[in-house]
Amino acid sequence: MGKTAIQTKDLGKRYGSFWALQNCNISVPEGSVSALVGPNGAGKSTLLKLLTGLSTPSSGESLVLGKAPRQHEDFLSDVGYLAQEIPLYKNLDTAEHVKMGRHLNKRFDEAFMRKRLDGLAIPLDRAVGKLSGGQRAQVALALALAKKPKLLLLDEPVAALDPLARHDFLSSLAQAVAEGGLTVVMSSHLLADLERVSDHAIVLAAGQTQLCDDIEVVLNEHKLLVGPREHGNDLGEGVTVIHATHTVKQSTLLVRMNKGAKPSPHWQKHEPNIEEIILAYMGQANEGGKK
Amino acid sequence: MITFRLNTHSGVPPYLQIVQQVKQALQVGILEPGDQLPTVKEVVAHVAINPNTVFKAYRELDMLGLVEGRTGSGTFVKQRPAGPSPEVQEALSQDLAGWIAKADKAGLDEEAIEALVRVALHKKQ
Repeated sequence: MGKTAIQTKDLGKRYGSFWALQNCNISVPEGSVSALVGPNGAGKSTLLKLLTGLSTPSSGESLVLGKAPRQHEDFLSDVGYLAQEIPLYKNLDTAEHVKMGRHLNKRFDEAFMRKRLDGLAIPLDRAVGKLSGGQRAQVALALALAKKPKLLLLDEPVAALDPLARHDFLSSLAQAVAEGGLTVVMSSHLLADLERVSDHAIVLAAGQTQLCDDIEVVLNEHKLLVGPREHGNDLGEGVTVIHATHTVKQSTLLVRMNKGAKPSPHWQKHEPNIEEIILAYMGQANEGGKK
Repeated sequence: MITFRLNTHSGVPPYLQIVQQVKQALQVGILEPGDQLPTVKEVVAHVAINPNTVFKAYRELDMLGLVEGRTGSGTFVKQRPAGPSPEVQEALSQDLAGWIAKADKAGLDEEAIEALVRVALHKKQ
């Protein structure tokens, strides 16, 4: 992975006096599946809307597939976006959605979409409003994929789905990525799915970027240190505390370590999983906000 | 053909789980030289994981000399990893089943059996 699909510089969005997103600096490599995580109100949807050009930044800038996002065919033909509420026309049936996709897009692979719907046994003649939540999500994903985007932005696509529908949705998505040429950014609260489906993580909290990196790099750089509380200040060179919990005698620290850094010998070193690391970043931002 | 399963709570990286499962399948003879591994698309359709993870696992197996990618037709098993043949493994496994039956008869539960095995392995070192 060499090229960059998304690059933002100090990107921010203000509504009145409230900054929904601030100083957002992310870089997403081409061909990756990025998980965009953060608590409610962290600015995830705001970021996705800025990247599609549906909303204009109040500060900073972004390059998406080498262009500045805007609501224009030149830009939008390469970008697929699936909003949180899965916007489909409830009274139209699935076949009519296929027809609409064909008419509204320059490049639309109708055969691909029909094959997908067929494979998922989704009835073509039923109003979309009468399909199950999982089926609706699959129709929306199929529509977004049939336009053959180079970048797909998904806003909490699996939040409302049952475990089986979620598995099917993620499997459809993974198959599309396997065909190549597709970069995905997907916001989600489901950290458990994250490690298997994504290879890149973006953590937003309190309107700011906390973390944006390859998941494997993140796992390598972070350690969980457990040791006596009195050594709390003696960590060693190149070790930064992200989140700390203390009992009377013991401290548990989630730390980021620079390459080659060694924690001082009082500490027992454990390997945290990606879920623990992300929670630590979200917790840190939360405490920062309270102060 | 084999199918993979993924344990997200094991702490073992997903790509390594695939590598280990292929190695095990080779050791016990489920996979043999010339057999085809499932395509990346088949794997991700089944277990819903990132395709790059599967690519990485297959690259690792290729580097270990166990499989080879043939352009356009898939990934195939080249050779078994070093170690006893499936026949020897099978014989050992039958011996072990016999021993476990004996331990069971003597009233040992699973935990006690595991403890015995661990102690024996430790003594050998």
